[in-house]
Amino acid sequence: MTREEIYGKLNEVFQDVFDDEDITVNDATVASDVEGWDSLEHINLIVAVERCFGIKFTMGETTGLKNVGEMVDKIIAHLS
Amino acid sequence: MKQLEYPYDSDYILRKKKAIRRELLAREGIQYIDKRIAILGGSTTSDIKLILELFLLNYGIRPEFYESEYNQYYQDAVFGNPELDEFKPDLVFVHTTTRNISDFPKVTDTSEQIGAMLDETMAKFEQIWGALAERYKCTVIQNNFEQPFYRLLGNSDFTNIHGRLNFINRLNDRFCAYAQTHQNFFINDINYVSAVYGIKKWADPGDWYRYKYALSVSAIPDFAFNLARIIKAVYGRNKKAFALDMDNTLWGGIVGDDGPENIRIGHEDAESELYTEFQQYIKAHKDLGILLTVASKNDEENALAGLARPDSTLKQDDFLIIKANWDNKDINIANTAKEINIGADSFVFVDDNPVERALVEQQISGISVPEVGAPETYIDVIDSNGYFEVTGISEEDIKRGGMYKANMERAKASASFENYDEYLKSLEMKAEIKPFAPVYMARIAELTNKSNQFNLTTKRCSQAEIENFAADPSYITLYGRLEDKFGDNGVVAVSFGHAEGDTFHIDLWLMSCRVLKRGMEFAMMDELIAEAKSRNITKIKGYYYPTAKNKMVRDFYELQGFTKINEAEDGATEWILDLNEPHKSGNVAIKVN
Repeated sequence: MTREEIYGKLNEVFQDVFDDEDITVNDATVASDVEGWDSLEHINLIVAVERCFGIKFTMGETTGLKNVGEMVDKIIAHLS
Repeated sequence: MKQLEYPYDSDYILRKKKAIRRELLAREGIQYIDKRIAILGGSTTSDIKLILELFLLNYGIRPEFYESEYNQYYQDAVFGNPELDEFKPDLVFVHTTTRNISDFPKVTDTSEQIGAMLDETMAKFEQIWGALAERYKCTVIQNNFEQPFYRLLGNSDFTNIHGRLNFINRLNDRFCAYAQTHQNFFINDINYVSAVYGIKKWADPGDWYRYKYALSVSAIPDFAFNLARIIKAVYGRNKKAFALDMDNTLWGGIVGDDGPENIRIGHEDAESELYTEFQQYIKAHKDLGILLTVASKNDEENALAGLARPDSTLKQDDFLIIKANWDNKDINIANTAKEINIGADSFVFVDDNPVERALVEQQISGISVPEVGAPETYIDVIDSNGYFEVTGISEEDIKRGGMYKANMERAKASASFENYDEYLKSLEMKAEIKPFAPVYMARIAELTNKSNQFNLTTKRCSQAEIENFAADPSYITLYGRLEDKFGDNGVVAVSFGHAEGDTFHIDLWLMSCRVLKRGMEFAMMDELIAEAKSRNITKIKGYYYPTAKNKMVRDFYELQGFTKINEAEDGATEWILDLNEPHKSGNVAIKVN
């Protein structure tokens, strides 16, 4: 899956979890850019991302994420 | 909503929960009951609350939540909390898990020490439940404990008193014993739900250490659904009856084409045995008071021939009504509902044919139509939906099928009388009309939650509330039990209200439709008036609040001799009866007390 394809699916996950069809994310997106992305919704986001890509992040991977770009890096690492 | 019925897609629910909630709230014509639910958690409960809300809304229950601060379940319950007091919960859910057990046996502990550990853990929980019952007089739901995800002693963890598994099992036994001896207390059996989910996947240490969720976030829908089943049963939202297709549902093959001798039922081959197990499963519901009916496209003769096979577990006699004809099934179910006098939405319709299922689901709003697949999935799909979740098996439940049968006999008998009063007298009716008594509290609460048609205010009450009214000296409470020569109808009428000065307000007045037109409502009013007079009350005020289902009692107070004093735009009316005026009883045939 290319980085672009991953973003295609990732945008849908964000749109569903935050219930906003207009959300699009990119490498630089951080939590404060998305309305409602607090620590509780972060949990749902991680679970939805895991389920969407059929992967399971390790605990360490999800605690230090700086932006969406890093999340995509981790997804790619799991998929390859 | 199909997305919230088993087999549902947990990932979908988690991901789309906001959209699902919007959709649920946008549905029209839903008559919600509002309930205040306090969640006292020993771990994170945020998503448990949000997903639970979806399932409850789907059951027609609109919850308002109180959520304890993280891990404050013990403090909130035992010492109270002004916010929680203010909230006045109808129901408290204590969300504790194996993660909340502070002391587990060590291999060096003696049997006495482990016994003391058990006692101490149990004492802490009994303190919680006792304090909640005392302070809030409400329903309590408590998780039991899930099995640990590792076994230090291997298989001996089960048998050795030092094993965690052994310890958990002993605790669960004690929770069970407590539940057996306490009313308004229910166990949310996460021990079972987690086993079905997979104990190791359930106990996701990552989700625990990161988020302090004591169960995997992915398991929350299964958890919340199981909990919602109990809550909806407590508030009377269970289903009441099965409407069953026959061909390829109760047996393999088509009886009209294949002939009764060739359908697959009995024990001759795998398919027959499978259908036999399903018939046994259905038949076992009779003892729970669930009514069995048939809606089958068949000639009646063929349908009965199928049931007449000696190796058919279900017999003609097991069914209250059999509609085997060529009309559309939604029409047959609607007619069956009318004949038994229950709502068509209280049926569970089981049919192997997706076209029939879609039709019935579309035509009858609120009916449950499980998406059964291959015959080997029938039991699981029906059972896992928890349509008939049991919160206590009452005498009433066991007799219910028989009572509906007796009713049909009464209907036949009435046809042979020219004068209706003569018929009523021939029934030799005897009523017991008295203040709420402890043995009937569960039944009274059940009636307030189930009765829709003969119900003036449609006030829904938990058993705890009912007990409170009974104990309050400003209240008059009455239940009515009616017996006749065909049998005992059990408790069929309930009313209560409260006095303010010399005026008595009727807060609730209901009657089971199984005793319509027998004069029971007049016998009840006589008793209420007598009791009110003995308390120096001079006026009784009655209220009628219209709903989609209670039109039949629009003129109730007029028939009882009340005078209308107010009518609101929505049709709600207020009535008054002056006790200084003579009152003529409408009861002609019931002997009371």
